[in-house]
Amino acid sequence: MTTSEKLVQMAIAIVLFFGVMAVILLLTQRLRSRAGERVQAAAFLAPTLLLIAVGLLYPAVKTIYLSFRNNADSAWVGFANYEKIFTNADQLQTLRNTALWVVLVPAVSTAVGLIYAVLVDRSRFERFAKALIFLPMAISLVGASIIWKFVYAYKDSSQEQIGLLNGILKAVGLPTYNFLLEEPWNTLFLIVILIWVQAGFAMTILSASIKAIPEDIIEAARLDGVSGLQLFRHITVPSIRPSLIVVLTTISISTLKVFDIVRSATGGQFGTKVLAYEFYVQSFRTLNPALGAALATLIFVLVSPIVIYNIRQMRRLEAR
Amino acid sequence: MKTSLSRRLAASVAVLAVTGLGLVGCGSDSSSNDAQSAGGTSPGKGKAECAQLEQFGDLTGKSVSVYTSIVEPEATAQKNSYKVFEDCTGATVKYEGSQEFEAQLQVRAQGGNLPDIAYIPQPGLLKSLVQGGYVKEAPKPVSDNVDKWFGPDWRSYGTVDDKLYAAPLGANVKSFVWYSPKMFKDNGWEVPKTWDDMIALSDKIAATGIKPWCAGIESGEATGWVVTDWLEDALLRDAGPDVYNQWVNHEIPFNDPKVAEALDRVGNILKNDKYVNGGIGDVKSIATTSFQEGGLPITKGKCALHRQASFYAAQWPKGTKVAEDGDVFAFYLPTTNDQFGQPVLGGGEFVAAFSDRPEVQAFQTYLSSDVWANEKAKATPDGGWVSANKGLKIDNLTSPIDKLSAETLQNPDAVFRFDGSDQMPAAVGAGTFWSEMTNWITGESTTDALKKIEASWPS
Repeated sequence: MTTSEKLVQMAIAIVLFFGVMAVILLLTQRLRSRAGERVQAAAFLAPTLLLIAVGLLYPAVKTIYLSFRNNADSAWVGFANYEKIFTNADQLQTLRNTALWVVLVPAVSTAVGLIYAVLVDRSRFERFAKALIFLPMAISLVGASIIWKFVYAYKDSSQEQIGLLNGILKAVGLPTYNFLLEEPWNTLFLIVILIWVQAGFAMTILSASIKAIPEDIIEAARLDGVSGLQLFRHITVPSIRPSLIVVLTTISISTLKVFDIVRSATGGQFGTKVLAYEFYVQSFRTLNPALGAALATLIFVLVSPIVIYNIRQMRRLEAR
Repeated sequence: MKTSLSRRLAASVAVLAVTGLGLVGCGSDSSSNDAQSAGGTSPGKGKAECAQLEQFGDLTGKSVSVYTSIVEPEATAQKNSYKVFEDCTGATVKYEGSQEFEAQLQVRAQGGNLPDIAYIPQPGLLKSLVQGGYVKEAPKPVSDNVDKWFGPDWRSYGTVDDKLYAAPLGANVKSFVWYSPKMFKDNGWEVPKTWDDMIALSDKIAATGIKPWCAGIESGEATGWVVTDWLEDALLRDAGPDVYNQWVNHEIPFNDPKVAEALDRVGNILKNDKYVNGGIGDVKSIATTSFQEGGLPITKGKCALHRQASFYAAQWPKGTKVAEDGDVFAFYLPTTNDQFGQPVLGGGEFVAAFSDRPEVQAFQTYLSSDVWANEKAKATPDGGWVSANKGLKIDNLTSPIDKLSAETLQNPDAVFRFDGSDQMPAAVGAGTFWSEMTNWITGESTTDALKKIEASWPS
């Protein structure tokens, strides 16, 4: 498709959008009664609902449907695809790795973000320090993975080093180490990448919420003679608990969906596969769409409770 | 206002509907493979290079859309090589290259938005598209050209159920070992003529303190493909082209003893701590070294041998002279015995047509002719392209490695076999074959690796 054709299509789409809006307005503007308002509201909501149904609901239902079918979509197979996820040795490793990611990334990024936020709070170089840890957030996960791939790059001790970490190891006289190859530690080195990216997010949210703690509570505590650690333990953490939970759950959700890092850093080799990556591989590369659909459904089932909990917490935050 | 608005709306809906129809409504049924003609007098009548295209008639104003995985900078040479076709027939070629070609072509097939012609690099993908009923059988002039210029080996990869669908386009040779002619000359080493000679040479080089071989198989999610080529080359030499075909088509198990033997032969080099990984590290470092960097230690004198396809020529740093008397060059990966002639492992693209309009068939005919092969060679002044077309004059190729590739492909003793992993089902060829060969490098046994791949073959 040429550029001009694309532009024409875009113009058509825009015209169509305004056209639909105009038609709805024209049709509903005459209705002034209470019932008319309802019709108006329904008319405006309908396109959105329709788009959600086509773009979100239909694919979700279809995916769940496909996860109970065979690869050619010609016969029902019951739970066979799910059985494979929980019995096949490769798939079990994928599940174990995913568990490790989901436990470590949210916990460590939140901890690092929180401690950092408390430490730099009201210090002289607060803005600079915050910018420093927030910068990785601006880098895409693929970009971050490529950067870290260079940090981890391996050459034998006798050779010239191009990787930062192995360069340091060699400089202090230690043998170089193939970070991305040795199981199970390589998964931990990949987890570091996501923590590096997410800590900035945690820090920003938590720092804002620390600043929102009323000054008088802190002063009262100080008058009572609490130490810095006690202040953190009994005042700061309880006051920002709702934000802490939002940060934890948000990072958990993005961790469950982690795909880019594994794909760009190791391609899922050396026992580093995770659910979201395996879903992609099975669906689009090895052409096992049924197993892929089962994996996608599993991710959906795992994410749902966290999303629901997260929404409830956010509502509570807003209600305060 | 209301009327004008609704009229505009009606107009845009109509436009949408028409474009939608245009996307769906292409292609007509025709079971014979006789060439179609548009009638009239061909603009190129009388010119020698147009002789084959005259039968399609006057195609002025017609156009052919081409979809490929060949993107810039190679795309320019492709487009330039179509000028003769456009002058001869009056038709124009609309070229579209995409790096997402393989996945997108299937999406476009399902969406009814296929191009007229696609260059397909995998016989496996061609087969599944033919089975989906999308591909038109090649017309007779194309079939004749393939018989005349390519021979039965290449014809078979464009054939499904005894019908020729796609003629070969470009080609690459995978059975090459890269080396430094200068380093060889300085040390008095000679290019080995048999596999045993090559092992003797490796021992000799290892004795000087240099690890003779270097390799890298990291390639993102395709990590491991380099080893699949090694195994295919070894099997082709040890067990011969017929056993190779049986193995690719799963008529013998993937873990047949002959395959295990061939993989062990590869292991004698790739899993030998005395031989690898020159200039990089130990055996396992092969798994994390990118294939682009795998051979570079040769330029620093830290490694002597690197088995990789002809297209590796593009990876050498700027200023490296790729020639028989230069900094790097390649030799044919030697045979282990002389029962099977000179087996050549390689790859290439095939021209599949999704329409049988006269201009599309004319373009297919042009691409399968010796005229195009030579035009393409002339349109590629910097080298990096070769075809298995026997009508290709080697003098038209500019780079020494392209000449060597063409000579290797045109050698009467050559038995060509297409990269096996590209023909296997995706679950193996783009899945377990890659991943298990990677595990094999990092420590898995030959038996276990082959057994796991066999178990994953879709039933």
